[in-house]
Amino acid sequence: MNFTTPPYLTQNVSVQRVMLQVLAALLPGIFVYVWLIGPAILVQLTIATLVCLLAEALMLRILKKPLRLFLGDGSAIVTAWLIALSFPPLGPWWLIVVGCLFAIVIAKHLYGGLGQNPFNPAMVAFAVCIVSFPALMSQWPPIDLKAGFADQLALIFGHAPLLDAMSGATPLDALKTALKLGEGKVSVAAVMSDANTFGRVAGKGWEWVSAAYLLGGLWLWQRKLIGWQLPASFIAGIVLVSGGLWLWNPGQFANPLFHLFSGASMLGAFFIVTDPVSGCTTPRGKLIFGLSAGVLAYLIRVFGGYPDGVAFAVLLLNLCVPLIDLYTQPPIFGMKGGK
Amino acid sequence: MFKFFFVAFKTAKDMLQRLFKFKGGVKPDPNKTPSLQTPIGLAPLPALLIVPLHQSIGGMPNPLVKAGDHVLKGQRIGDADKWISAAVHAPTSGTVLAVEERVAAHPSGLPTLSVVIAADGDDEWMERTPVDYAALAPEQVREVLRDAGVVGLGGAVFPSHAKLTAAKSVPMEDLVINGAECEPFMTCDDLLMRERAEDIVRGAGIFRDLLGPQRVLIGIEDNKPQAVAAMREAVEACGENFSVVAVPTRYPAGGAKQLIRVLTGKEVPASKRSPEMGVQCFNVATAYTAWRAIAHGEPVLSRIVTLTGNVEEPRNWEVLLGTPLKDFVALGKPRADTSSYLMGGPMMGFEMPSLDAPVVKASNCIIAGSKALFPPLPPEMPCIRCGACAEVCPHELQPFEMYWFARARNFGKTQEYNIFDCIECGCCSYVCPSRIPLVQYFRFAKSEIWSREREKNMSEAAKTRYELRNERDAREAAEKAERLAKAAAAKAAEKKPEPDAAATDAPAADAEAAKKAVIAAAIERARVQRQQSETALNAENAEAQSSQRDQE
Repeated sequence: MNFTTPPYLTQNVSVQRVMLQVLAALLPGIFVYVWLIGPAILVQLTIATLVCLLAEALMLRILKKPLRLFLGDGSAIVTAWLIALSFPPLGPWWLIVVGCLFAIVIAKHLYGGLGQNPFNPAMVAFAVCIVSFPALMSQWPPIDLKAGFADQLALIFGHAPLLDAMSGATPLDALKTALKLGEGKVSVAAVMSDANTFGRVAGKGWEWVSAAYLLGGLWLWQRKLIGWQLPASFIAGIVLVSGGLWLWNPGQFANPLFHLFSGASMLGAFFIVTDPVSGCTTPRGKLIFGLSAGVLAYLIRVFGGYPDGVAFAVLLLNLCVPLIDLYTQPPIFGMKGGK
Repeated sequence: MFKFFFVAFKTAKDMLQRLFKFKGGVKPDPNKTPSLQTPIGLAPLPALLIVPLHQSIGGMPNPLVKAGDHVLKGQRIGDADKWISAAVHAPTSGTVLAVEERVAAHPSGLPTLSVVIAADGDDEWMERTPVDYAALAPEQVREVLRDAGVVGLGGAVFPSHAKLTAAKSVPMEDLVINGAECEPFMTCDDLLMRERAEDIVRGAGIFRDLLGPQRVLIGIEDNKPQAVAAMREAVEACGENFSVVAVPTRYPAGGAKQLIRVLTGKEVPASKRSPEMGVQCFNVATAYTAWRAIAHGEPVLSRIVTLTGNVEEPRNWEVLLGTPLKDFVALGKPRADTSSYLMGGPMMGFEMPSLDAPVVKASNCIIAGSKALFPPLPPEMPCIRCGACAEVCPHELQPFEMYWFARARNFGKTQEYNIFDCIECGCCSYVCPSRIPLVQYFRFAKSEIWSREREKNMSEAAKTRYELRNERDAREAAEKAERLAKAAAAKAAEKKPEPDAAATDAPAADAEAAKKAVIAAAIERARVQRQQSETALNAENAEAQSSQRDQE
């Protein structure tokens, strides 16, 4: 007898659908990226996707898991895209390969595969690469890059040694360095008046990429794929700390809008902290996770040694997830009100 | 005209009834329209009826008939055993062919003791005696209901008489009558309310008189407007002041605890019984059978069953209990590609292992399934901790946490995460993107916990018995040794008067006697110990066998 179990009705959902919708939400950001920054990101996205899928296939083979089922679920592609979008687009091809291998092989499959990773794989990749290759990871293309697509391809595949001349710090990094070098005599407003690097609110061009991520993220929220707790608390964390410091000393600290639209803030708020496997699961836990990650990301960014702190903040909070989950279990039906 | 305004006023009053919400729940496609096109049909008399004795939660009723007996319609064939149990009756007149094990209407397909009756076609009633329940003591009314076989017909088949006592310390505030019927496909309660509303209301009146609540609330999902209207009219006609409330349609609004929450705002946890919070809940069909039993002297012999799904003629039928399923499903003309039959709804029902099983008190719906209607589930993927299950759980549990712990066999943790509060409604499995059969993991965990508790209780009882026996035997051995020593000493003392021989012999004889006493005591102890271990082993085996029998 073919034994079946209730319920016999199910909603039309699958892991694949969830992942595909996340990829769809990233498309606006990628589109603006290509338009304003350049098409190099498409090359990185392609390399990352291929390497992630190959690495996943290899690991599934070694671990004797069904290939078609797991390759088709789309989680490797999501990791690939997040890595490609956090890495500099003109970085050498092997940088992304190293990152993807670390993410898929070590951060995901060595912990047990889909659903078992305690750390966000894309952020592990970022952290490993920025610690190992700090110089390469800090070189981002300027907004008015005169190099054509062919030149950019050449850069990526290592045929042009003029990387230094072509790329520089992110607007975030530029502001930080200028403030440090200025030793208190240069103000934020003065640095940001440089129209070549800074746009209306934050980095020129980059602020629109962040805005596009925000749009995609809001769409995900509207589709009920992510809750409001994580993005809202992450943004609140950044706003609270940056706002507080800005109000106290506007000359030395940029305003909250700058921080929200620079670096990986928006990408982080909607796509990185919302990783369900490595994040908190209770509603209150999500609020604590997001808020702490936002605050930490800002502190690392401004007072730490790295250009952006989202990756490290997320990884540190991933460590705390079991504890936060334990202490934020919501009361169940009938057990509220202390009766 | 006056009646119109009166009804309108009562409707407005009911609509202003404050409704609460329960968290979670899902909205599957209702699929109810096909079986609502025709009124309740009367199923024809089958040739053979198989009536299981155990049709309610609790003890197995004792059979009152044997093979060869002639029975009349409504004759009691199974007597309620203990308080939590209900009687079983012959659904029609005929001859008892056998009282034997037959396949049960249960997913396991295991056999259960059933009375097999060959119908004689006369459908001859026994003498029915209506009861004036107002003249009887409440305890007696409850006994009448128990002996009429009135059990919860919403699916849980809990003996209703055991639910008709208010808690000692808490006055009964709300009596909830459950006409919600939230499972897709099922429409038996809907049609019962449309066609026989007055009997339901009068049955609710009996419950009201026994429990003495401050108000009576009849909850019906708002996708059944005709049923709501019919019940309101019936309440009017009976001169009662019950509130008929349309509750928002969402599965599982018909769960007793969920409906209590929506209508009264009270949340009853698993650790409490609802009378302890001043509320009690009964299904509309239960109220109906209670009225038939009291006012007409008719025990529970039939029930309304929805036959729907992959059939040519989906419909509700009034079926005699004990009708073999294959006779029943033939009434709907199942299509050729029917691959399975579900008993119950698609969310909580189960696949019938055999169509030889009969219709029982718990059978509220039979769905003919096919590959198109209920496609096979894709393979189970790993849990990605998305939390969709926690969002839809009507008891606000964390299903994914219970899943992880059940998988790891960490049953202590599953209980910390309140696994026994799970009502197995299936909402979590319904939304899981990884298609994990969560309810099955929880059932596995619950049954493992119960079986471990049983084993623990058994071994503790055996241990206590062993220790007591040890003590008693040691005491007896000590007493015996003492007696022997005394006897030997007494013997030695007798020989003392002969001084010469006694002078040398006495101490030797003394020593001899003492030694003999010690040896005798030691032999006695060894024999006793051997006896103890044998009896302890036998006791444990007997326990194991008797508890296995209890489980069935």
